[in-house]
This record gives sequence, structure tokens and C-alpha cells, in this order.
Amino acid sequence: MSIKDIYAAVLEFDSDQVVKLVKDEISRGTEISVILNDGLIGAMDEVGRLFSAGDLFVPEMLLAAQAMKAGLEELKPHMKQGDSRTKGTVVIGTVKGDLHDIGKNLVAMMMEGAGFEVIDLGVDVETERFIQTAQEHNADMICMSALLTTTMPEMGVTVETLKEKGLNFKTMVGGAPVTKEFADQIGADGYSPDAPSAVEMARLLISA
Amino acid sequence: MLIVGELINASRKPIAEAIRNQDAEAIKKIAKDQYEAGADYIDVNAGIFVGQEGDYMEWLIKNVQEAVDAPCCIDSPDPKVIERGLAVHKGTPMINSISLEKERYDALLPIVSGTDLKVVALCMSDEGMPETTEDRVKIADQLINGLVQNNVKLENIYVDPLVQPISTKSTFGLEFLNAVEEIMTRFKGVHTICGLSNISYGLPVRKLLNKTCAVMAVAKGLDGLIVNPLDKEMMAGLIAAETLIGRDDYCVNYLKAYREKKFE
Repeated sequence: MSIKDIYAAVLEFDSDQVVKLVKDEISRGTEISVILNDGLIGAMDEVGRLFSAGDLFVPEMLLAAQAMKAGLEELKPHMKQGDSRTKGTVVIGTVKGDLHDIGKNLVAMMMEGAGFEVIDLGVDVETERFIQTAQEHNADMICMSALLTTTMPEMGVTVETLKEKGLNFKTMVGGAPVTKEFADQIGADGYSPDAPSAVEMARLLISA
Repeated sequence: MLIVGELINASRKPIAEAIRNQDAEAIKKIAKDQYEAGADYIDVNAGIFVGQEGDYMEWLIKNVQEAVDAPCCIDSPDPKVIERGLAVHKGTPMINSISLEKERYDALLPIVSGTDLKVVALCMSDEGMPETTEDRVKIADQLINGLVQNNVKLENIYVDPLVQPISTKSTFGLEFLNAVEEIMTRFKGVHTICGLSNISYGLPVRKLLNKTCAVMAVAKGLDGLIVNPLDKEMMAGLIAAETLIGRDDYCVNYLKAYREKKFE
């Protein structure tokens, strides 16, 4: 029995098994950060890779994330300050005037799966709320989603407001009509077309 | 069954490319192909071009209408873009769409009020995306009443119950299908319409899910679809479904399609 089994259980979407194995590892005195990084997060990275390759699909991504989260809940009481804060804190939401949340939820879920602390503000989120929340939680990044051409400009408003206030939270944007060109045009730090690449982009931006 | 050809949508790469290059011939060809395959309306969407959406909308409509003798379905969440499209459109187009989201509703209502425009009424409100049948019917009720009170004829209203991905919640198919039935039963004379690609988001072999969903929705009373009319299997499935549900006396359409080799 080893960390590899936790990794495998996440990829088999077996929440009960993940919970059992995580408990076992904790009682054996395995380092929490090892269980988290090599077991749970490592498995979700593989889920992301398989999804991007077209070998795993959205419902399976949801199942894997559930299994990962079940394991994470077991770990949480044992985590020290450093364990949970290492990956970074992300504030995410769908912009003002826009109520679409499916893509945003997938991104939030995969970010959690990658070990980020995710504060999901839901839909119809105003610039002020993004910024205030990011300040309150000392976040690293603000992620914005929009599914409508009429609401996409709100992303630009937030990026602009951050600049005016001299705040240097990283920004990432996404959503069906959003493109890399649009992201560049409004001066966002990052763009991602799907959930796994959002995770990669977040890692890149936050480590930068 | 009212067919809206969905292909001229800027979110599709070849269309975005054609718009960017102002390639009128490419747009005309796709319009013509869809019209010949049975599209009643040609959807036009320039959504990805923020700031230029209105200009491109005008350009698309002009070119589509030069190529085919069919009305357009002017597809934009932005009332200003819809108004620009209306100004150049010949004949009576369809508007896609009004919703119960306050800003959109207030801006579009005066545009459609008292006209003969066909209008897609999308089941979405400021409370968010509807999940259940009841959520959808409640929004449909308010939209239909609001439109009728503002002199839009019931038969010009196409309620879109909003299709959501079955990959993210296993009840999304059923709730949508039941909403079609409920709306068609409760508001006699109104129409229902939907796009299908959302249902299969995040899953493989999307065409299979799209087609099956379309056929099941027709069984519930759906009488409009925003679809790719060049998809022969889809169109054949729709013809068969309409025959099966009793919209095809003496199987005339079915046999006509057979003789026109639409089932091969």
C-alpha cells in the first residue's frame, strides 16, 4: 500500500477507497504534503492530461474531483499553515450581468483539485467584489468568466480598475466567446480555453 | 418544424475567418447550402467581434440575403446589434433572443412590440440559469405574458427552454424535455425552439446525443430547432420523428424525403 494507491483510487473515481487510503497513510505517519501532492494533486493532474487528450470526459472529471475532495477533507484537519497555502489563493467568478456558470464551475473544481485555495463568488460578480475579496483573502489571482459578448468588456473593467488602484493581483479570463487576442487586448495576464489549461496557466502566473 | 440553420456563427473558426477576411463568397455558399438542405431561417451571429459586432452583423445579413431568398435569425445578446441587423434586413426576421434578464428584456421589448417579428424567448432570468422544469415554465410564463401584453402574437413566440449539458448533471435532459411538454400544453399556440449542442458538451460522439435529444424533444412537442441542416442523419431523424408524432398525414413528407434520397 502506498501513495500510488491513492493516486490510482482517484483515477478510478472511488471516493470511499480514497478516504480509506488517506486515513491509513495519515495513521502511518506519512507526511501530509506528500499525500496531498503525490497522491491527490498528482492524480488530478493526470485527470487534466487525460481530459485534454480526449481520453476522459466532463462527467469523469467531476467524479475524479469528488474523490479527490473526499480525500482532501480527511487531510484538512491535519494540514499545517504551510500545506494549504503553498499553491496560492484564487478568487473566481462570472462577471457582472452574466449568469453562466458551468465552465466557471469546472475551472474552480480543477483549481481546487490542483491544491489552490479557491474562493468562488458565483455569477453576476461586480468588479468591486472581485477586488475586495482578493484583498480580504490576500489572493494571488482573480479569474473571470463571461459567456456573452455583452458582458466580456466587464473583464476589461476589472483589469483596468486593478491598474488604476495599483494592485497587482494576476488576472485570468475565459469563457466561450473569449479569445487569447481579447485577453491581450484588455491586458489580462492570462487566458485559458478549458479547465486543465486554466490550472497550468494559474501555476505559471502565480509562480512568476 | 421550423429549421434555423446554425452554421453562420462567428464562434466557429471558418466563419470567424471568413468574417475577418470579408470573404463574402464563403458566407454566401454556407447560406445557400443550408437553405437548400431545408433551413427556413439562416442564423447570423458575429458574437466574438466585440466592438465590431454591429458592423459584421450588417455585412452578414446583406450577404446571406443576396445569396438566398430566406429570412435571417438575428442572433446576438446585444439589443444594439439586433437593431443594426433589423435596419438592413429584408422581410421579417427572427430575433434570437429576448430573455427575462431585466436589462435585455427592457431593451428588446420595445423593438419587438407591435411587430410581426418572430422572437426567441430564452428561459433565463436574473435569478440565474433554470435547472428544473418548474424553473423553466415559470420564466416562460412571464416571458409569454409580457410579450403578448406588448402586442407580440403568440404564434410569433418561440420559447427556448434552455438546454444544459447532461455531462454536468444527469437530470438536465429530463428537465428540459419535460419543460417542452409543459410549455406546449399550457400555452396552446406558442412554439418551442432550442439549440442542441449544449446537451452534449463534454462528451464524445456528440452528434448521437444531439440527434437523440432532438427526436425526444419532438416527441414532447418541440416544433423549432436551431441546427446544422447539412447533418443528414439529424435531418432524417427529424423527418421520421415528425411522421411518428402525427405531424405528417399519410406520411407524405416521409415518402417525399425518401424519394429525394434524404435517407441515404
